[in-house]
Amino acid sequence: MHNNPPETGAFYPRDLDWHPPALTPGYKTSVLRSPQRAKISFDPTLGEISGPTFGHNMLGELDNDLVLNFAQPGASAIGERIIVHGRVQDERGRGVAGTLVEFWQANAGGRYRHKKDTYLAPLDPNFGGCGRAITDADGYYQFRTIKPGPYPWPNGVNDWRPSHIHFSIFGAGFAQRLITQMYFEGDPHIAICPIVNTIRDQAAIGQLVAPLDMNNSVPMDSRAYKFDITLRGRRSTMFENRKEGN
Amino acid sequence: MQPLNFLKESPSQTAGPYVHIGCVPTFAGIEGVYPEDLGKSMITGEAKGEKITLKGRVFDGSGTPLRDAMLEIWQADAAGLFNSPVERRGTADPAFTGWGRQPTDGETGVYTFETVKPGRVPFPDGRLQAPHITMWIVARGINIGLSTRVYFEDEAEANAEDPILARVEHKVRIPTLMAKREGDTYTFDIYLQGDNETIFFDV
Ligand SMILES: [Fe+2]
Repeated sequence: MHNNPPETGAFYPRDLDWHPPALTPGYKTSVLRSPQRAKISFDPTLGEISGPTFGHNMLGELDNDLVLNFAQPGASAIGERIIVHGRVQDERGRGVAGTLVEFWQANAGGRYRHKKDTYLAPLDPNFGGCGRAITDADGYYQFRTIKPGPYPWPNGVNDWRPSHIHFSIFGAGFAQRLITQMYFEGDPHIAICPIVNTIRDQAAIGQLVAPLDMNNSVPMDSRAYKFDITLRGRRSTMFENRKEGN
Repeated sequence: MQPLNFLKESPSQTAGPYVHIGCVPTFAGIEGVYPEDLGKSMITGEAKGEKITLKGRVFDGSGTPLRDAMLEIWQADAAGLFNSPVERRGTADPAFTGWGRQPTDGETGVYTFETVKPGRVPFPDGRLQAPHITMWIVARGINIGLSTRVYFEDEAEANAEDPILARVEHKVRIPTLMAKREGDTYTFDIYLQGDNETIFFDV
């Protein structure tokens, strides 16, 4: 796939003003689940620079096809058929090859296949709601699914989540580990969602909104949305104060 | 002046109440999509070293255990080597993945990992760190995954010379990072808030 030796540089510090803070009272659950003391910072050690790797041979044929991966033979999930694709890159703009991307979502009516989800929208018997992919040598991933519906949730009296897909990304080192959510261009719920608004910077929110990508839509079949994901960059200068081999 | 042209990291969002659907779907009752939940088994053969059970709960500020959390751990093998392409000091035990993922139980809030006790890994300057496991916690209400370290209470000598523990200014907080031993089981409870708030790291 790629024959360059793995990079071993430490990661750039996280910009904690770009990420949401722990305590965001508009998202009520964060109030009792937010650490209150300062985190202790240190430059990544080998345990943070390294991380697990997963081979393409781990993947089943339908792992990146949520339209079919839970469906009965001959059936498919109900909803707007979409392709989500993009590139996992780091802050230097380099593609992150061979990394695992996992995604999960509600069905077209906004209902999750989970025993704790009691929303009155029905389950789709042909939709499970999870999938995964491993990026190619240039960092690209893609999957097919149905567009998830918005759903109400207990926070304010009448709070609704925008349509969204949850993403989990590994990266090359454990300190790049990230969970986030993808939103859809033009959704009016984005601006009024308490979870979206845990992020303070509008440009940062924009980074989670996938544009409609007509170029990669399949005529008479599926529309595409493009969602690039950026992970922490890593130092690539040679002058590290490290003992050989560490 | 030239622009630096760095991109920004994608901002984190909470894993939400249904993280188990995406990360441990079999546990969440979604059968048949994957053969097994990823990270369920860290020991895949005759792994070297001491087999241990690591378990505990994650408590919120009211003392209630989280029943919808997901935890991941990443650690060296018994010889102190990581099963990762970044590892250049040797070859890690092929029967040990070093990475595990577990949900907290939907009733009790208990998480459980079956793993091996890690060896010591050098700090970048060459000093040895004490045996430890890196832990990452996500859940509804947690806006960005929390990183901590599990150290072992019965490694007092190694703990005393650990460069990260040495960095902790308020020594009274160090016990929050110590797993307590009973037989082959270590218990490591996490407190998100309160007098015993666990030390979390920005790494
Ligand atoms: Fe959701």
